[in-house]
Amino acid sequence: MLELREITKRFGDVLANDRVSFAVAPGTIHALVGENGAGKSTAMRIAYGFYSADSGDVVVDGAVRRFASPQDAIALGIGMVHQHFMLVEPMTVAENIVLGIEPGNALQLDVAGAVSRIRALSAEFGLAIDPTARIEDLSVGQQQRVELLKALYRQARILILDEPTAVLSPQAVRDLFAILRRMREQGKTIVIVTHKLSEVLEISDEVTVMRDGKVVGNRRTAETSAAELARLMVGRDVLLRVVKPEGHPGKPVLAVRGLSSGALGTKDRERRLDGVSFEVRAGEIVGIAGIEGNGQTELIEALAGLAEPAAVTGTIELEGRDVEGLSARARRAGGIAHVPEDRHRRGLLLDFDLAENSILGADDRPPVAVGPWHLWLNREAIRRRTEKILKAFDVRPPDPDLPARSLSGGNQQKLILGRELEESPKLLLVAQPTRGVDIGGIEFIHRRLVEMRDAGCAVLLVSSELEEVTALSDRLLVMREGRIVGEVDPARATPEEIGLLMTGGNAAA
Amino acid sequence: MSNILIVSLLFSAIRLTTPMLLAALGGLYSERSGVINIALEGLMLAGAFTAATITHYTGNPWVGLAAAILAGALVALVHGVACIQFKADQVVSGTAINILFLGIPALLSGAFFESTGATPQLPKGQLIPMAPIVLAFALVPVTWYVLYRTPFGLRLRAVGENPEAADTAGVDVSRVRYLAVMLSGALAAIGGAYLSIGQSSLFARNMSAGRGFIALAALIFGKWRPVQTMLACLLFGFAEALSIQMQGVSQIPVQFIQLIPYVLTIVVLAGFIGHSRAPRALGLPYQKKR
Repeated sequence: MLELREITKRFGDVLANDRVSFAVAPGTIHALVGENGAGKSTAMRIAYGFYSADSGDVVVDGAVRRFASPQDAIALGIGMVHQHFMLVEPMTVAENIVLGIEPGNALQLDVAGAVSRIRALSAEFGLAIDPTARIEDLSVGQQQRVELLKALYRQARILILDEPTAVLSPQAVRDLFAILRRMREQGKTIVIVTHKLSEVLEISDEVTVMRDGKVVGNRRTAETSAAELARLMVGRDVLLRVVKPEGHPGKPVLAVRGLSSGALGTKDRERRLDGVSFEVRAGEIVGIAGIEGNGQTELIEALAGLAEPAAVTGTIELEGRDVEGLSARARRAGGIAHVPEDRHRRGLLLDFDLAENSILGADDRPPVAVGPWHLWLNREAIRRRTEKILKAFDVRPPDPDLPARSLSGGNQQKLILGRELEESPKLLLVAQPTRGVDIGGIEFIHRRLVEMRDAGCAVLLVSSELEEVTALSDRLLVMREGRIVGEVDPARATPEEIGLLMTGGNAAA
Repeated sequence: MSNILIVSLLFSAIRLTTPMLLAALGGLYSERSGVINIALEGLMLAGAFTAATITHYTGNPWVGLAAAILAGALVALVHGVACIQFKADQVVSGTAINILFLGIPALLSGAFFESTGATPQLPKGQLIPMAPIVLAFALVPVTWYVLYRTPFGLRLRAVGENPEAADTAGVDVSRVRYLAVMLSGALAAIGGAYLSIGQSSLFARNMSAGRGFIALAALIFGKWRPVQTMLACLLFGFAEALSIQMQGVSQIPVQFIQLIPYVLTIVVLAGFIGHSRAPRALGLPYQKKR
């Protein structure tokens, strides 16, 4: 149905796709897996006409096709749901769907006709989307279904989904998979690009694995395993399970009581904290699970001292000392380290070099800053410190003069983690530690977090990856709408139980 | 006092609103497509000068108006090429056009009329004092309809909010933006033409006197929506009418009274701009991925 033959694509010096070939059979769900930067997205963008290949052919229905733009691919019935949705937020569902192929004539847009067609399509595939709703009022899962509708409205027979589950709650993932299966029953062909092996095994009929721009394996899903796929992806054996000895929690390091933060925007009702209380003891990892946007970001920022002070009420105690009201700098000095969820915005200065990035937060005191009033930077000390971090955390390439931007996501994250742990913190706040990090890097970061715990550090871990928080945490709290709605034993609770707490029983969320 | 005074105040307000409204509606097209149009001022001057000059030579104000529309669209095209094709900073490009049109009319009128700044006086029969007023106010519902009820409007809004999404959906982002920017130049030029061959009977140097900027302020205050923008223009037009009427009536020095519209602009923008949400892609050139 859809086939790539010997596709090669270069971006400057980088060979993104190196003679990539694979075929997708009609009426199947085909998974394309690989690490970040393996070339999956590039291959799919070529299949969709977004990029043109340097050499090789895209074959649809047995004939070689030339795509000048995605429009040509769409005309052949290929639709793509991008990881970042291509939706215009202030406009309605129907307006978004008809954009570019508007029904009616130049003087009048036939909105009513579009609305009824979309209703019918939505019902046919069980999508439950109101065409007159505004995009900005929809949940992420619903927005994704609008993207599916957009492709279906354009009569797509082949649907390419780029990392479709990255932003969804477990329930929403289940709903999405149900929809995809229904589409397969109706004869659609689906390509799903992902790096989550459990999902590959659950939903796909066939798998293609890519590494370093090449296809390294094709398997029937029924005849493979997570371990085999991981080995193909990384090129070596990978520990997929977190190895974690029994913890020995000590005395409480962090005590949070009645922490609330006011809503700063009226629309973001759920984006705030509402009376959060919990403790984290030395030598334990406390995980916070929840669908993103339910107050986790606000919690971490309130603890790190990054929230607007006037908007926060409640107490935050570090080893019995009230730190609420202290600046972020003072809290760092008190032993709080922070690995932020958005490393590009909060974690790094992307255009600064690795050495400069590795002293952020330590830049105002010896050994980094020296002389009267610590006015001078000690270049030699900075270099030693940077090299130590790069070596200990296996940051590649280990060149202190490179800009942080040039590192892969995994290596950026290792640099941040190394910098934060350099200060031997009492409390480590870590949010989405493995987002955009490849499997090898995930393994490394997880091991480091467990080592920190065993060294007596208190770790507060926020992650929207349910597998990650359950595997790492000694205790697991679930957040919804700014509140902690439950504590579960991560060793015993099932993903369904946790998912139910995350959504409040509302599976559509 | 006079109903007469009030009626004359209202008429004066509507007359003063007209050029601003035309420019603001022009700005609306450009900015809803994502291109900042700070060049409204310069575009008005281009329109005003062209209209007066061509009317002087042809004796027909309609020909003058058509020439002004053409001139406005062409100058806007320059802004478009700079911003869309070459992805220049939109504020810088617009400012350049504004500065250019402080100078160009003076230069050309020097060449044509041996005067530095003004065109010859036109006879009363060669003026169009009413048509632009009707056009300006008629364009408000038309613009609303275009924006919300036609495919072009849908694309325009999409391109100004999320050009990447529009591109993905098969909309030619550059084409929509070029059209919008040129439309914006044409409308601003009509506003300018009204100044020279409607309200008065010649082009005088810098005769727009900041109205292009006030139009931009009205557009922001009006949240980039046609009806609200018209109301904002009326507010500024009324303030200007009031300031004219108050001159000579009160003891306050004229200079202070003339300040009213400008001070109002600042107060309104400082007070309300926070609640106004601009098109998300406003000011951002669209770069197609490789």
